[in-house]
Amino acid sequence: MTSSRLQSWPWHAGTALAALGVLAPILALVGQAGQGSGAHWGHLLQFVLPDVLAQTLGLLAGVGLLAAALGVGAAWLVTAYDFPGRKALSWALLLPLAVPTYIVAYAYLDILHPIGPLQEAIRALLGYSSPREFRLPDPRSLPGAIVLLAFVLYPYVYLTTRSLFASQAAHLMEAARLLGYGPWGAFRRVALPLARPAIAVGLCLVLLETLNDIGASEFLGVQTLTVAIYTTWITRSDLAGAAQIALVALALVTALITIERYSRRRLRYTGNRRAAPIRPQRLSGLAGWLATLLGLTPIVIGFVAPATYLLALTLERLGAGQGPSSALLRAAGQTLGVSALATVIALGLGLAIAWSRRILPRARAWQLALSRLTTLGYAVPGTVLAIGLLFPLMAIEHGLAALRAATGLDPAGLVLLGTPAALALAYVIRFLTIPVGTLEAGLDRIPPSMDQAARLLGENVHGMLRRVHLPLLRPALAASALLVFVDAMKELPATLLLRPLNFDTLATWLYAEAARGTYEEGAIAALGIVAAGLLPVILLARLMDRPAS
Amino acid sequence: MLELDRISLSYAADGGRRTVLRELDLHLERGQIACLLGASGCGKTSVLRAIAGFEPLDSGTIRLDGRLLSGTGFRVEPEQRRVGMMFQDYALFPHLDVAANVGFGLRRLDASERRRRVRDLLDLVGLTGQETRRPHELSGGQQQRVALARALAPEPDLLLLDEPFSNLDVDARERLAFELRDLLKAADRTALLVTHNQAEAFAVADRIGILKAGRLAQWDTPYGMHHHPATPEIAAFIHREALMSRRAQACLRGAPSVAA
Repeated sequence: MTSSRLQSWPWHAGTALAALGVLAPILALVGQAGQGSGAHWGHLLQFVLPDVLAQTLGLLAGVGLLAAALGVGAAWLVTAYDFPGRKALSWALLLPLAVPTYIVAYAYLDILHPIGPLQEAIRALLGYSSPREFRLPDPRSLPGAIVLLAFVLYPYVYLTTRSLFASQAAHLMEAARLLGYGPWGAFRRVALPLARPAIAVGLCLVLLETLNDIGASEFLGVQTLTVAIYTTWITRSDLAGAAQIALVALALVTALITIERYSRRRLRYTGNRRAAPIRPQRLSGLAGWLATLLGLTPIVIGFVAPATYLLALTLERLGAGQGPSSALLRAAGQTLGVSALATVIALGLGLAIAWSRRILPRARAWQLALSRLTTLGYAVPGTVLAIGLLFPLMAIEHGLAALRAATGLDPAGLVLLGTPAALALAYVIRFLTIPVGTLEAGLDRIPPSMDQAARLLGENVHGMLRRVHLPLLRPALAASALLVFVDAMKELPATLLLRPLNFDTLATWLYAEAARGTYEEGAIAALGIVAAGLLPVILLARLMDRPAS
Repeated sequence: MLELDRISLSYAADGGRRTVLRELDLHLERGQIACLLGASGCGKTSVLRAIAGFEPLDSGTIRLDGRLLSGTGFRVEPEQRRVGMMFQDYALFPHLDVAANVGFGLRRLDASERRRRVRDLLDLVGLTGQETRRPHELSGGQQQRVALARALAPEPDLLLLDEPFSNLDVDARERLAFELRDLLKAADRTALLVTHNQAEAFAVADRIGILKAGRLAQWDTPYGMHHHPATPEIAAFIHREALMSRRAQACLRGAPSVAA
């Protein structure tokens, strides 16, 4: 009716389009699995699922427990105690975030190999000469996978818990002490229960990442749901079976998120903003250095050791006079290209979603639900998303082919399926929550009177965005672009399933080498991914210590 | 002139609707300054938002110089109303300097003309030479004057001012209230401001309106309002405020007081 409604429909259409894109693969999976043959389900339930589910749940439980212990412990250490290097440690504890799960597994398989550097060194030290006389337990096992995944995923728990501990009122702890609890009792009875919502948020992210992981589980010989989806489709070409396993994985995700929400119900503590933070207790002498050592351990295992090892391999290879092969350079170029494409689309859609919420101040319930839907993709494991996307993409290709046949145009082949565009689409769906969340938070900091002032000074909805909000959103746009770009670069599971023939990203290059058991240029690819992964860590570390305004 | 004829306005709230303005009538002559006075929650700001075009009317009409701005199911977009507004928080764009803020609504002028107009306005509000400063580098009073210059720049037919003095300290308020009146008269603008502070209203306005429960309880000159309050309630409202401000002044001078 009014011109402002005319001006705002493209933004609302963008939101609806994004919601449709996120929903389509999920609905397709449900529909597909529902109409699959019953015999399939029988076979799955009898032979595949029991073992796969046991391994998956075992991995989730183990990684969850260990990552929670590491994350909460590290957060408490740097909050409650003062020791040499505490400041540096408090951000360095985030570093393992830069190492994707498949890279930590790739690196440690080689480091811990019976004739690898670590075991050779131990044998030399102990005077043994052959691996037959002395060897460490094989990391290719469920416990091995649990330890390796936990040491790169604990920063999610550390990040959420530490910010909660840091904002915690010191007087609550002091009150507990005066009521007769020692430091340990006060931690257990006051700090830990208060931190429970934060721990739940971080832990949920850890478990979603564990469920999403494909490389580490496969290299370490753990048959998880994700691995089963991959092998069912790629090795056995059984799409219906893959869809059914994917549906089970989706049910597990839904259960996880429900438990997380449930565990946080009624847990809203109103923190007093002016309350003093906990004053750390000074540890001097030996105790201080022990604390430093304790804080360093997860960083060394989760970041320093694998990164150093990859760096050494890379330098060795480049030092031998051979530069990286042209195939690797091409894979790097393709990685950057498809990640950039995904970043541009995700930022555009994210802006449409955040902006349409802004210019529709009294949105109806279904409009809010629509914009919330668009952020669900992060919870769907990459393999599940890829299988789910195949069905709508095939439908679109069929439709286009029929259209071309009807109009008599020459067939132009596949448009989306098996092209980099499908890959970018999967990245956008998975990471759309980043720009939506960041830009909504950015817009929330701009008071509504700015919008009204711009309108009364003669700008319409578009002009107001261009002249006022976009300039003010520049930091939020830059941050979300960086985060989406790096996440897309690191993505492995969906890439493995959707990539075109002869199309490699750095992640699939590394995966292929590890699967073949060759260690040639994989280290260079891995180092590139870790280096890129450091950028968001630096961003996070800078945000972590900025007081919320 | 500004004509509000029997306007009604309600918001969606908790499943139902909450009525904020009930068939309100208000007429303001060209070149005059009017002030709406009332306790918080009486609908003052809603009147401004309706005139600016941010709220659709349930019924009634709003006209400016004979031009229909709002009616039932009809609303001219805010940017096409030729209405300016000075916001309670000033709403200065933090990424733009003083000159760009004042020139924001002048994009139809060419660059040299815009520069001249910005300079004239800054002269008018006494901020000559401050073109390149950023809003956060200015004092509260300076920010207020930039906001006023920005609102006046496109030469609106009507200027709205929402609690223009609430962000200033007590000393600056009275001085700036007189200054504002002089500026508006010098620029020959029709203006409507809202406040909950009657001292400000009496200092600035040609007409004062008392708003109560979404209706105009009295519309009069400051003299008429003071000497012939329409109802005992209005008399009590005016005199209570006068009493309170006298007591507050006593406090400031350090006199012994129950309020300490």
